[in-house]
Amino acid sequence: MSTLSLQTPDAEKRTASGPARIFRLLLRDPLATLAFAFLVVVVVCAVAGPFLIGDLIEKPNFRARNMPPFSLEQGFAYILGADTLGRSLLARLVVGARNTLGIATAAVLCSLVIGGTLGLIAGYSRGALGNLIMRATDIVMSFPSLLLALVVLFSLGPSVPNLVLVLAITRIPIYLRTTRAEVLEVRERMFVNAAVALGASHSRLIFRHIAPMVIPTLLTIGAIDFATVVLAESSLSFLGLGIQSPQFTWGSMVATGRGYLANAWWVAFWPGLMILLTTLSLNILSNWWRTYSDPQQRWRLELARRHRK
Amino acid sequence: MFGYVFKRSLQSLVAVAGLLVLVFFLSRLTGDPAYLYLPLDSTEAQRQAFNELHGFDDPLYIQFGRYLADLLHFDFGTALSRNRPAMEVALEAFPETLKLAAIAMTLSLVLAIVVGALAATKPGGIFDRLATTISLAGASAPDFWVAIVAILFFSVSLGLLPTSGTGTPLHWIMPIGVLMLRPFGLLTQVVRGSMMGVLTSPYIKTAQAKGVRRTKIVFVHALRNALLPVITVAGDLAASLINGAVVVETIFGWPGIGKLMIDAIVRRDFALVQATVLITAIAIFFLNIVIDLVYAALDPRIRHQTA
Amino acid sequence: MSTAPILAVENLTVDFLSGDGRFRATDGVSFHVHEGETLVILGESGSGKSVSASAIMGLIDTPPGEIVSGRIRYRGEDIVDMPAERRRDLNGRRIAIIFQDPLAHLNPVYTVGWQLAEVFSVHGIAGGEEARRRSIDILRRVGIPDPETRMDWYPHQFSGGQRQRIMIGMAIALGPEILIADEPTTALDVSVQAQILELLKKLQREEGLAIVMITHDLEVAANMADRIVVMNSGKIVEEGPAREVFTAPKHAYTQRLMSALPDHDEHKERADEAEGAPVLEVRNLTKIYQLSPGMFGKKKALQALDNVSFVLRPGETLGIVGESGSGKSTVARLLLRLAEATAGTALYRGRNIFEMDRRELLAFRRRVQMVFQDPYSSMNPRMNVFSIISEPWCIHGDILEKPRWEERVAELLELVGLRPEHARRFPHQFSGGQRQRIAIARALACDPEVLVCDEAVSALDVSIQMQIISLLADLRDRLGLAYIFITHDLPIVRNFADRILVMKSGRVVEEGMTEALFRNPREDYTRMLIQAAPKPKWDQAQAMAS
Repeated sequence: MSTLSLQTPDAEKRTASGPARIFRLLLRDPLATLAFAFLVVVVVCAVAGPFLIGDLIEKPNFRARNMPPFSLEQGFAYILGADTLGRSLLARLVVGARNTLGIATAAVLCSLVIGGTLGLIAGYSRGALGNLIMRATDIVMSFPSLLLALVVLFSLGPSVPNLVLVLAITRIPIYLRTTRAEVLEVRERMFVNAAVALGASHSRLIFRHIAPMVIPTLLTIGAIDFATVVLAESSLSFLGLGIQSPQFTWGSMVATGRGYLANAWWVAFWPGLMILLTTLSLNILSNWWRTYSDPQQRWRLELARRHRK
Repeated sequence: MFGYVFKRSLQSLVAVAGLLVLVFFLSRLTGDPAYLYLPLDSTEAQRQAFNELHGFDDPLYIQFGRYLADLLHFDFGTALSRNRPAMEVALEAFPETLKLAAIAMTLSLVLAIVVGALAATKPGGIFDRLATTISLAGASAPDFWVAIVAILFFSVSLGLLPTSGTGTPLHWIMPIGVLMLRPFGLLTQVVRGSMMGVLTSPYIKTAQAKGVRRTKIVFVHALRNALLPVITVAGDLAASLINGAVVVETIFGWPGIGKLMIDAIVRRDFALVQATVLITAIAIFFLNIVIDLVYAALDPRIRHQTA
Repeated sequence: MSTAPILAVENLTVDFLSGDGRFRATDGVSFHVHEGETLVILGESGSGKSVSASAIMGLIDTPPGEIVSGRIRYRGEDIVDMPAERRRDLNGRRIAIIFQDPLAHLNPVYTVGWQLAEVFSVHGIAGGEEARRRSIDILRRVGIPDPETRMDWYPHQFSGGQRQRIMIGMAIALGPEILIADEPTTALDVSVQAQILELLKKLQREEGLAIVMITHDLEVAANMADRIVVMNSGKIVEEGPAREVFTAPKHAYTQRLMSALPDHDEHKERADEAEGAPVLEVRNLTKIYQLSPGMFGKKKALQALDNVSFVLRPGETLGIVGESGSGKSTVARLLLRLAEATAGTALYRGRNIFEMDRRELLAFRRRVQMVFQDPYSSMNPRMNVFSIISEPWCIHGDILEKPRWEERVAELLELVGLRPEHARRFPHQFSGGQRQRIAIARALACDPEVLVCDEAVSALDVSIQMQIISLLADLRDRLGLAYIFITHDLPIVRNFADRILVMKSGRVVEEGMTEALFRNPREDYTRMLIQAAPKPKWDQAQAMAS
């Protein structure tokens, strides 16, 4: 239904949706704010952590062996306890953030770029090539992604690049199908027809008219997908197929700690909790973003403020 | 109708064939099985004999041709690690996974529909906020970690549940619980979102204008429409339950197909890998057909579609 | 009418929350309706007319909606603060509603029989076989053929007109006293529209219904109304007996609105018949669509165009008129090579368009331009007006050198009645009419000689439609353009087109000079299209009296 505005009908002002405005709305939702703050901390850890406390992770401290958490006996670095070699768990969590987030970011970027490009081709060309791409996607999709990853990782050997490759391959179909569906929809839109009627070339249609409409959707999916990829990487590392010692991610830390469950539960507990909190924060934020970006639902965020006042 | 199933089968056949080719060649890349199956001090000659016996000394394309020829006779090869026909081993394990997955999926679907639908009737309310947070947590939790923590808590600390194995009904509780987490979380989100969308659609206004009661609007008029996108997601999730099964079966020592497959890969038991892959692919194929039929049953527009 | 009104809305103010703040949809709106009377609420989109209807039925979701103040009285009793259970009982039994888009308002996954029978069961009047029997009666009454079978059909299996009949059946099933009709014929073809309006009038005569009809269509309003309320920007600007409001509007807004009514008496004949070699010559144009089979369906072919031939001479305006499914838009798509023709030729200055190579096609596309139906989707939302209008110059590099673009865009904007500073804005910051002006400016950017307008004004409000058409007429005189003007609305082209082609089911059924065709239509179908435009109620009364 169309309604009229009570405010000054200044179109530019009303449709402004700058970062400042988004941030103001975000702060009105305590859960989303918390999730955002947590992610900022994790990212800071991933970027700066290894420089600051990188040496702590390898330093065995025999007096701290299997030290339980919540004790300041060995200093603040041991607040979350220590593993069987007496290495600070806090330090290892901070440093582990880099590999965990790094691998996931690389995998998401790879699948986004490859899937997006192939989807664009499959959606735009409609020819035999498009069909071939879709059939290949069907094959990848017709098989559980973790099992596919297992087979590939076992054949190629576990390493960080292979891990990224495998994670990317299993996620490519999502981007590919979304892009293709969007392209099929966008190319039927009137403004693309209008450009064709003006005589626009294929490259102009693709890069000027179609791609700019599809990319925001892809970025949104990428953000949502990030949590899934973090979980997938953790599962692989947990099964021993992901990252190999001496490098580690949160997932492989859980795997290491599993053996000491009975006498040092904290070794496996904290890294798992970090994974949970990270993916949960990502999901909370993307959930919030979905509400924000849907014009039919956005008023709910405005309403939250009114009740609080 | 039959034309449709036929077409779909043909498409899937191509996909399954592609998969088998992929798995056949990839698994051969993992290395020489002779090193795993013969004693460490075995001689070159012994390994040669082993490979000749199992045909691993032929060029890959010949091995592949033989594999295809055997397939036509429903001979899926021998599982090296067990010395039994590979398909027999796989078919023993498959029902274990199927039972686990079916129960987990049914429970999470029913629970998700009820919780998601109720949450959508009053968005922003207390129940909705609670349901949203819990379902998001379910979708975000790393299942292997939850499984470990559950063992720590229910088995080690409280001593209530067995840590692993099968046998008593108690053995089912933790595997099913862990397996349910992700489907329940994701499905609740989908049901809620889809329901909220449907509740603003014009035909809901019509029902209100007719004077239909709110509960009937939600559970009769809206729910059937809201379920359409849920079915698709549920199908994808059911297929990927096999994923979860690998982790859950490994941790809880459940003798299912996921554990069997990972064992087979680790032990370079090629015939067994291929057999398990084939079974999973066929199961997923049937699942997809069932999903399409359910979809058609729910939506008459699909049944009558001509354009 | 001296008796108390059956329904009265008093001082109704409704606000809505949206992502961008709070909007006032209706502001102190009051109106009433008596038994057996038809009140028409007339307004353009955004006037708040539908919101009052939703408020009467209790269909406003709160939040985001909020009824700030006001009362709605049914037989004197306020229903805004009525207990939910009693209010629910009024819906469907005493007050019923039909909507603009019947397909969207029928539940897609249940049979129409189920949805009809529900009306009886919900109010505890009948259930099971009895409800089914009554539902069949209702379907028969609203003119659905073979109701026993059709009961078990789903909404998507009916035509648009039939769906609206089903909605009407559902609304009148329990013999309500008040029927609210919210734009009931807007989505329908003119011929179907006339039938639906007739049905509503018949039911009103038989049942003594009070009808509150909400519409933006002046002719529909005149055809139905006893009294009229005119709304603009959430407020009532004028109210009175239909004939007075139409013939002697008092408020400036109403006067502007009424001036948009096509004038049937006066017709200015344009200069003599166009001469010269034809710009476009279409011969035996045929298009067959191969429909892909559905999940369980069979392959089907749809003949969209069947041997269509016509010519267009320089500076001439050809109107192509037809209802939905007549193939009129397919003609435009084929001519601009947006789709491939199955058979036939289309000669542009002697060259077959369908056989042009890339270079020829590029040159052709400079000379023949198109204005699309929906100004909301025909422009890339991420490009500003400057980029939109200058796009032809990016594509055809030799039209204009870059330093002059700025100046030329400003010229074009002024030509179509916009301001040069609009160039930096984005499409969503303009109204529908303004956007259509931008689309015209874009089409003019490469100096075309033919402009194909596909339903170019049908998405616009009536008062805007006339402005755009006079802009097109003005440009024709100044730039010597030839038009192919495709529309479903025959009266609208009367003062604009030189020649008219009437299409039905992919064929040309009649062709002729505009005035001759209006005066002496040869085909029944053309006659029906001309007469389908609803006549004012007061004229009908006179006609009946005499």
